[in-house]
Amino acid sequence: MSAKKTKSRPAGKRFAASEPQLRPERELRGIIHHVLRIAKAGGVAETEVHVEEVIDALTRFANNTIHQNVAEHGVTVSIRTVLDGRTARVTTNRVEEDALRAAVENCLSLAASQPKDAYLLPMPGKQSYLKVNRFSPATAKISAEERARAVKRACDWAEKNGQVAAGIFSSGQAQSVAGNSRGLVAAYRQTQAEFSVTMQQGAAASWAKANAGDVGRIDPIGLAKTASEKVARAQDPIELVPGRYTVILEPAAVLDLLGFLFYDFSATAVDDKRSCLSGRVGKQLLGKNITITDDVYHPEQMGAVFDGEGLPRRRVTLVDQGVIKDLVYSRHSAKKARTTPTGHGFALPNDYGEAPMNLVVAGGNSSIGEMIASTERGLLVTRLWYIRDVDPYEKLMTGMTRDGLFLVEQGKVGRAVRNFRFNQSILEMLRNVELLSPAHRASGEESFEMVVPAMKVSHFQMSEVTKF
Amino acid sequence: MWDYCGHSLDVARLRGATYADVRVMHQRQRDLTTKNGKVGTLGQSESIGLGIRVVAKGAWGFASSDKMTRDGVAACAAQAVAIAEASALAKKENVRLAPEASYVDSWQGPCRKDPFEIPVEAQLALLLAADAAMRRVKGVTLTEADMQFRKIDSWFASSSGSKIHQRRVTSGCGIAATSFQADSIQKRSYPNSFGGQHILGGYELIETMDLVRHAPQIAEDAVALHSAAACPEKTGTLILGGSQLGLQIHESVGHPIELDRVLGQEANFAGTSFLTLDQLHHLRYASPIVNVVADARIEHGPGLGTFGYDDEGVPAQCIDIIKGGEFRGYLSSRETAHLIGLQRSGGTVRTEGWNRLPMIRMTNVSLLPGSWRYEDLIADTDDGIFMETNRSWSIDDRRYQFQFSTEIAWEIKNGKKGRMLKNPSYSGITTEFWNSCDAICDAEHWVLWGTPNCGKGQPMQTMGTGHGASPARFRNVQIGKAFSNE
Repeated sequence: MSAKKTKSRPAGKRFAASEPQLRPERELRGIIHHVLRIAKAGGVAETEVHVEEVIDALTRFANNTIHQNVAEHGVTVSIRTVLDGRTARVTTNRVEEDALRAAVENCLSLAASQPKDAYLLPMPGKQSYLKVNRFSPATAKISAEERARAVKRACDWAEKNGQVAAGIFSSGQAQSVAGNSRGLVAAYRQTQAEFSVTMQQGAAASWAKANAGDVGRIDPIGLAKTASEKVARAQDPIELVPGRYTVILEPAAVLDLLGFLFYDFSATAVDDKRSCLSGRVGKQLLGKNITITDDVYHPEQMGAVFDGEGLPRRRVTLVDQGVIKDLVYSRHSAKKARTTPTGHGFALPNDYGEAPMNLVVAGGNSSIGEMIASTERGLLVTRLWYIRDVDPYEKLMTGMTRDGLFLVEQGKVGRAVRNFRFNQSILEMLRNVELLSPAHRASGEESFEMVVPAMKVSHFQMSEVTKF
Repeated sequence: MWDYCGHSLDVARLRGATYADVRVMHQRQRDLTTKNGKVGTLGQSESIGLGIRVVAKGAWGFASSDKMTRDGVAACAAQAVAIAEASALAKKENVRLAPEASYVDSWQGPCRKDPFEIPVEAQLALLLAADAAMRRVKGVTLTEADMQFRKIDSWFASSSGSKIHQRRVTSGCGIAATSFQADSIQKRSYPNSFGGQHILGGYELIETMDLVRHAPQIAEDAVALHSAAACPEKTGTLILGGSQLGLQIHESVGHPIELDRVLGQEANFAGTSFLTLDQLHHLRYASPIVNVVADARIEHGPGLGTFGYDDEGVPAQCIDIIKGGEFRGYLSSRETAHLIGLQRSGGTVRTEGWNRLPMIRMTNVSLLPGSWRYEDLIADTDDGIFMETNRSWSIDDRRYQFQFSTEIAWEIKNGKKGRMLKNPSYSGITTEFWNSCDAICDAEHWVLWGTPNCGKGQPMQTMGTGHGASPARFRNVQIGKAFSNE
């Protein structure tokens, strides 16, 4: 670099600092075609290419001020080759000719390093996909300044109420194009925005969050007010003895727990006997008021409509009125089970097969207010934290309540309660659901977004108490 | 790479940045797994890009890009300044950085055998051999083996004149046997769960671990656990194996000492800390035999938290965290050092990659060895439970109350290791637990364990951390609560 040259050409002024935008889809398709040509010229039997582009920005605040503010822009090219019954994957973010050529060669070399796989399937051919529109131009254009102004309003609200705000406001756009040498081409793009806020007042904290494809569906100040009002009620918590409680789980708490059930619905996990559903498919394992589907086409869901091999995702009923109805299948696990793939496979090669990624839990007709009103004595739970498997077959999970736990007595929300550690089987919990609210898209911090209801659950096991 | 660094710093300065630092990083990774005698994951990746952090109008901005051209990095720098200017709309105070000298240096971590130069055939053959040794044990229903290698080159430059190149190679490996019977899944792992052992170093780690030799034993343990007695629920004496104690340190010492958590900067996601600033030099964190350091220097060992310089260009240091049981120090950054009266950052700012903002992270947070021989510790225990290899871990968002369960345990009766126990767990309050420590094994049993999967930040960053530990004994611990039905 020449300092003189830089000064003689005002480099800093030549570059507009506007928000970056996604490349035209044809450029990503061009990369795929280029890789396929390189591989074909090299005698590769089959080649699959995924190109992904991500533009994300996130404004982070704490102590009523912005303390971190970041942006990223990147493209990755992921290549899988098959030659003589052997496959491997190489991923790079370099898109120039020599880098792509080297990636193909590395992939072939890796693949050749292993024994032949007699069960490796040929790549799928051309597919057809249902169209979804999950790209919001307004969300793609939101600027750092707009995010900062929204954050400032939330922080000002906190200050006005003697509280301290922390959280994030993020926005982003992404596109993914997949193609293979058998003619499959799949493309998807989406935008996403998220606002999460924790309000602190003294030793108490509360939290609210929303995530959507369209930033217009997110109300930062509304979320800030929700958390603000809740933390004001969360002062001076009382300590209750551990034991079995009736709990009213707000949607975020339901979501973060159920998130740990995802991988159990993988046919590969069941075949590996590491799923809690091993030996339980077809049985009435949960309550009759529990129905769960995986549905990428649900209007409140997000994500690509094709899987890691480019197969279209199908809507799958996983639980029907408490009966474990079906699993999700990749092409490999479907062939092994002599059934049809559901379009939930991960990119090959992998150990885990597949998983449902777009859970929709059927809701009921009760509002959270009605759940509270119907409760003689119980706990209202805002969210859960640090959830981990304790017993994988009983799906016994541990974790903490966090950011707003309240005693419910005689149909009313009362004093705040010190946070509990729970040790609770998800399977048992889903047999003890008494009431469900209507289901909507919700966000937690431990699992990805789902469409879930709030739930009133009896006999929820609280094991120990913490100090706040 | 230095050209890209210099050009982006120039653009940032011209745009109005009063401070800037930039990292170009080239990251390579190889992942190999086998499952039930077949190759599972077989992949390699590389990523190169630039991330620039600036202070403009007294506030922070960060932008990153993989467009490695002069125009690309210039646009990235301009974006970082624009973001900083947006941050200034909601700032309270100007960013203040502790002074640090500038360095021009090159540092390389230890790596006797470059894992990327070892043929993949040989690596897979070793995994498949270990896998086969586990599958020979009747009753095993799932076998898994893995290796992971990373090579990261980073070029750091700052507007204050530092230019530092570092190369870090990390290696990891592990095996696991799972047995499903009736209504129970039992699993054993070696040398640790969740991916095994990881260090800053090369293929020499894999050879040292001797996966094939250990495979039959863990497979037999996994099957035997089904017929073992259940871990009782009681308050009693607990001895933790080194790897489990390493995770205990990570969760109940390493995270609460992160100064950004203490200051509320992680309140929305990872949480805060019970270690408020008034506790420094006052809190009796642990019993007097407990000494914990955060040591990023190579002298401490080849840990995942070992480096030459952190991602703010501050040289690696050793910081006393707990000395003689007293709370002595936090993990700090150039921005936070002055808040605890330090003239200089503790050098603990790290980034996952070129597209992530550097932030306070653990380095090697280690419990220093004690004086006990392992055999003497067991012989000295009349009635206790020895727990080994983590199965699950959870702690509240201020790091008071924790619960861990392990894969396996044994009774200790009258100074001897007795019958095997299944489904072990223990729980407690951080400071009560550490104050109950009455024996720590000596350096002969001390291992610098690697935790490759520590998550923190928004957007989430995964970081490798190191935790040196030897087996240690704790009194009056709550045992077995996780499986209690009361």
